[in-house]
Amino acid sequence: MTRQKPRMQYFTRALNEALRDVMRADERVIVMGEDVDRSVSGATRGLIEEFGAARLRNTPISEATMAGAAVGAAMTGLRPVVDLMYGSFLYLAMDQVLNQAARWRYMSGGRAELPIVYMAQLGPSSSAAAQHSEAPHAMMMHGAGIKVVVPSTPADAKGLMTAAVRDPNPVVFFRDAALGGTRGPVPEESFEIPLGVADVKRAGDDVTVVAIASTVQAALAAAEQAAQDGGCSVEVIDPRTLVPLDLDAILASVARTGRLVVCDNGRRTAGAAAEIVSRVVEAAWDALRCAPAIVACPDVPMPFSPPLERALLVDAERVGAAIRQVAAAPTASVRPAEARR
Amino acid sequence: MDLNRAPTDDLAALRRMLLVRAFEERLAELSKQQLLPGFVHLSIGQEAVAVGACGSLAASDRITSTHRGHGHALAKGCEPGPMFAELMGREGGYCRGRGGSMHLLSLEHGVLGTNGIVGGGIPIAVGSALTSAVMGDGGVTIAFFGDGAANEGVLSESLNMAAIWRLPVVFVCENNGFAEWSATDELTAGRIVDRGTPFGVPSTRVDGNDLRAVQDVVGGACERARGGDGPSLVEAVTYRTHGHLIGEEAFTSPYRTDDEVAAWRERDPIALFAAQLVAAGQMGDATLGELRAEVEAELDSALAWAQASPLPDPDEAELGVLVEGVA
Repeated sequence: MTRQKPRMQYFTRALNEALRDVMRADERVIVMGEDVDRSVSGATRGLIEEFGAARLRNTPISEATMAGAAVGAAMTGLRPVVDLMYGSFLYLAMDQVLNQAARWRYMSGGRAELPIVYMAQLGPSSSAAAQHSEAPHAMMMHGAGIKVVVPSTPADAKGLMTAAVRDPNPVVFFRDAALGGTRGPVPEESFEIPLGVADVKRAGDDVTVVAIASTVQAALAAAEQAAQDGGCSVEVIDPRTLVPLDLDAILASVARTGRLVVCDNGRRTAGAAAEIVSRVVEAAWDALRCAPAIVACPDVPMPFSPPLERALLVDAERVGAAIRQVAAAPTASVRPAEARR
Repeated sequence: MDLNRAPTDDLAALRRMLLVRAFEERLAELSKQQLLPGFVHLSIGQEAVAVGACGSLAASDRITSTHRGHGHALAKGCEPGPMFAELMGREGGYCRGRGGSMHLLSLEHGVLGTNGIVGGGIPIAVGSALTSAVMGDGGVTIAFFGDGAANEGVLSESLNMAAIWRLPVVFVCENNGFAEWSATDELTAGRIVDRGTPFGVPSTRVDGNDLRAVQDVVGGACERARGGDGPSLVEAVTYRTHGHLIGEEAFTSPYRTDDEVAAWRERDPIALFAAQLVAAGQMGDATLGELRAEVEAELDSALAWAQASPLPDPDEAELGVLVEGVA
C-alpha cells in the first residue's frame, strides 16, 4: 500500500469505502442494522443507493435477532455485516454472538463456516454515558471462537474491514468512538490488512508501549514528549487485532527494551491490557527489567459529566507518566542470579 | 395442499416416525448403560410434529431445532449412524463428537443445528430464510421451538422481523405441556398460537399427535412461504411421554400424574396414524410390525457402526475453534 501521494480520508469514510468495495466484489455480502440506510455513524452511508434494500437491511431494534439472523445467513451462504451501533448493545445480542456465532464452528466439528462481521462502537462518544460507552473487546477476547479487531487509523480501518468481511470466521469489529472524525492517508483502491499482524506505529529502543485503538494516539503523543524531554526512545506497537493477537511482535520489542507499558480504554480488571501483560510476563520474564505498567480505565461505569468522563480515559499525560515510571525503574533486583544486564 | 398423497409417502412417514421412536428408545437404553455422556432429551410422543412438518420440505430446505431435536434431524433426513456416533462423542458423528445431542448440525441435510439455548435457533432460522430471500433460491426454513421458547424475547423479535421482510420461514412450536418441569399453563399467559396475531402472521393450532393434520397445516404454511407471502406460526399441541431428560427421576419430584401420561399414550401419534392407514386400506395389519422390525435392524447396524467409530484424540481438543485455527 505504498503510494506517491497519499490521499487523506476520514476514519468512518474509510470504513464506508471498505464496505462499498466488498459489497461490489461479492454479492453475498449484506449489511444489516438499525438505520443503516441513513447511517448515524456514517459507516454504511450511501450503500442503500448502490445496493438496494435487499442487501442493505434496515432492522427493527432487535439486537439479538439481527445477530442471530446473521448466524443463519452466514451458515447458508451469505456474508452478513451487522452494525450493532454501540458496544453497549452487544450485551443485548450476547447469546447469539457468543453462544451461537462463536460456537458453531467448533460445535459442528468444522462443518459450519460463520463469515460474520459484528460492527460496534468502542468506548464513549462525548457524554454518551454508562449505557452507550462500553468497550467490551476484552469480553469478546474471552469468548473464544470470534476474532476481535480494534483499528487505530483510517487506513487500518479500511484494510482490516476488508479482511474481516472476507474472513471465514465471526469477527467483532470495533470502531473507537474517539477516532470517527480523525483523518489519515488511505489508499483509494481496495486492500486487505491481514488479521493478526501488529503494526509498529513508532520505532524505539528504551520502552515498549502497546496501545489499543484510540490510545495509540495518546501513546504517540506521549512518546514524542518523552523523546523531547529526556531522549527516551519509545516504541509504540498497535496490535490492531486482539484475536488473533500478534504476541510475537510485542515480545520482539520487549526483548530489546525490557520495559513495557500497555494502554487500553477498556476497564482494567480482566481487561485486554491485563491479558497482554500476563502473556509477556509468562513468555518473556527474563527480558523484563522492571514490572510492566498498565494504563487503562478504572473499574467504573462511564460517567455522564464531561470532566468525570475525561478523568477515566487514557490520555497522553497518563501514558507519559507510565513511560517515565518504567523508564526510571531500576533493573529488577529480585532475581540477582539473572541480573545480567 | 396435496391431500392425495401416494400410499408410499404415507408408509415412508410412518416408517420415519418409527425410526425416531426406536432411535430414542435405544438412547434410553444406552443411557442406562452409561454409554451416553451429557444431557439427553427424548422426543418420544412428539414424532408426528417432526415427521409431519419435515414432510413438506425438500432436501434443500432447512430447519433449526431445539435441545429435543433428534426427531427433527432424523425427520429431515439425517442418518441414525452418524447421529448415534455424535451422541456418543465419537469422530463418526455429524459434528465429530464436538457438538453432541444439543449441538448437532448437518448442513448437507439442511439441519442448522439442534440448540442448547432455548429459543436460540429461532433467529438463526430467520437468517436462513433471509438467505433464501436475498438469493431467491425458493427455499423454506422451519424454526422448531418448544413452548418454553415462546417466552423468550427472540420469538417476538423474530416474528416481527420475518413479517416485515416477508421471509419464507415457518415457526413451528411443539407445545408439549412442560417447560423443563413446570407446566406451561402456569408460565405462559394466553395461547402461544395467538402470539403471531399481533404481527399479522397467520397462526394455526393443530393436534400435534395427528400426523395428517400437521402435514396439512405446515404444508400450507410452507406453500405460503414459497409463494412469497411470508411467515406463519403453527402451534402443535403434543406431549413428551418421557419427561424432560433421561434420569430426571433422580432429582425432580413427580410433576405430572400417571393418569395424564397414560391418557397421552392412548393418543400415541404412531398408533393413531397406523390405525388410519389400516382403516383406509393402505396397509395390512402386519405392516406396522414389519416396518418396526426393519427399523430395528437398521438401528442395529447404525449403532454397531457408531460404536466402531473412534473417540476423538485428546490432542485435538484445542483445534477447530476458528477456521484455519487461532493464529
